Amino acid sequence: MSSWRAIAAALLFAALPALAGEIPPDARRSGYTFMGPDTRAMQDDDTSNPGMLFVLDGEALWSTKAGSAEKACADCHGDARSSMKGVAARYPALDKLLARPITLDQRINLCRANHQQATALTYESRDLLALSAFVAHQSRGIAITAGDDPDLKPFVAQGRDLFMQREGQLNLACSNCHDDNFDKRLAGAPITQAQPTGYPLYRLEWQTLGSLERRLRSCMTGVRAQAYEYGSPELVALELYLMSRARGLKMETPAVRP
Amino acid sequence: MATLINVPAKARRGDIIEIRTLTSHIMETGFRHTMAGALVPRDIITSFICRYNGTEVFRADLFPAIAANPYLSFFTIAKESGKFEFEWIGDNGYSSTASASITVE
Amino acid sequence: MPNTRRQFLSLAGSVTVAGTIPMVTLRPLEATPAMLATAIRGVVGEAPIHTGKVKIDIPPLVENGNTVPMTISVASPMTATDYVKSIHVFNEKNPQPNIGNFYLNASSGRAQVSTRIRLADTQKVVAIARLSDDTFWQVTADVVVTLAACTEEMN
Repeated sequence: MSSWRAIAAALLFAALPALAGEIPPDARRSGYTFMGPDTRAMQDDDTSNPGMLFVLDGEALWSTKAGSAEKACADCHGDARSSMKGVAARYPALDKLLARPITLDQRINLCRANHQQATALTYESRDLLALSAFVAHQSRGIAITAGDDPDLKPFVAQGRDLFMQREGQLNLACSNCHDDNFDKRLAGAPITQAQPTGYPLYRLEWQTLGSLERRLRSCMTGVRAQAYEYGSPELVALELYLMSRARGLKMETPAVRP
Repeated sequence: MATLINVPAKARRGDIIEIRTLTSHIMETGFRHTMAGALVPRDIITSFICRYNGTEVFRADLFPAIAANPYLSFFTIAKESGKFEFEWIGDNGYSSTASASITVE
Repeated sequence: MPNTRRQFLSLAGSVTVAGTIPMVTLRPLEATPAMLATAIRGVVGEAPIHTGKVKIDIPPLVENGNTVPMTISVASPMTATDYVKSIHVFNEKNPQPNIGNFYLNASSGRAQVSTRIRLADTQKVVAIARLSDDTFWQVTADVVVTLAACTEEMN
């Protein structure tokens, strides 16, 4: 599938980009507002939202003992409905020991290593997505505040630089589409503002749940750039910048997107 | 892996009720290839049955054109209190079941 | 796939204008390709197929062909003597012509089934209902499938 050709063709049609610059806080919009009524309906109803299958799996894992410590998440954190409420809205967050921001996925694996003596779950594995979705689901409806920690400033700045930096054979920056040309169309699909409000989310294209890192990597493949590795400092910085850019928008996990 | 069943907990006798089911399954079509060119073998749910107190009230044959994590919604008339049983059958000996109860007044 | 893309790009310009108009039209069975016709004959045999009674609710412009919500309903009183026995859904351009067969009965109450389907391309979807008197009724829907702008390589 030659997606770069579609992008190149669509950009030709798009005449001159508007170069609108960064999106002011009151103009920030979730990807939900760019979707058609059928996809919105799929997200809105928990009994028809396929992302909820993963949330249910995550709920089961939360109280399943793992690793040589024979401990479940619930043994330390108790009822996730209270203990995990609002947590995902603050991630990526600073890990004081590592002195750098870590994603929710990385936090789960650090917990596994340090407290459960369990092996790390692979990125995009069903179990990691399910746990991450279950934890993030506890923040649904809560406003995003990630990146507020002053110690994270240099990492937010790094993420912003990466967002503005042109890359790949198409020589496009994230901002060229998502700051300057949102609400227009790339081929038939609306260009969104890239607000990461509902991750991990169920993408119809994937027919499964996926992380923000998977989404970022497929955008990079789209502009014919070499995608950063899962968990790399660059992807974490981008994720942190995107979350801070979405400040005030409400969490939707598990969102559904085309 | 999880299954989501939506059956009204209560209904009046004679009500037409909607039943919705969503179950985890990859529904691999058997038409896709890996990056290395190997054909990914078909792995789908081929059949779904809903029984209401033992009597079949709805059945479906599914094909590779049904999306991953199959969703089905259908109707039946609430006749008596009891149990709905759901069964999914598929390739490679796949089988899963779920149930939900209803009170009919 | 380049053909698909070109066809799609030519459609894309009119998408925002046409997006709100349901592009569901009735077409005679003769217009459909051989594989589809064969699959349909496999279900109905030599019986005549009437047009009408059946309705397909499907977005006229699909956001992603991998998961397309679809509802089929049949105008039927759903009584003990006049009900829908089964609904059969077919497509024109997927690798296989079958989508699903759904078996109902007199106590279904309402002849309506919803599911989510895959459509590899812009194409026709055909739904055929078999009534309790063993007559067959069909409807055809034209669906425009937009391709995702940024697809990733399969792992």
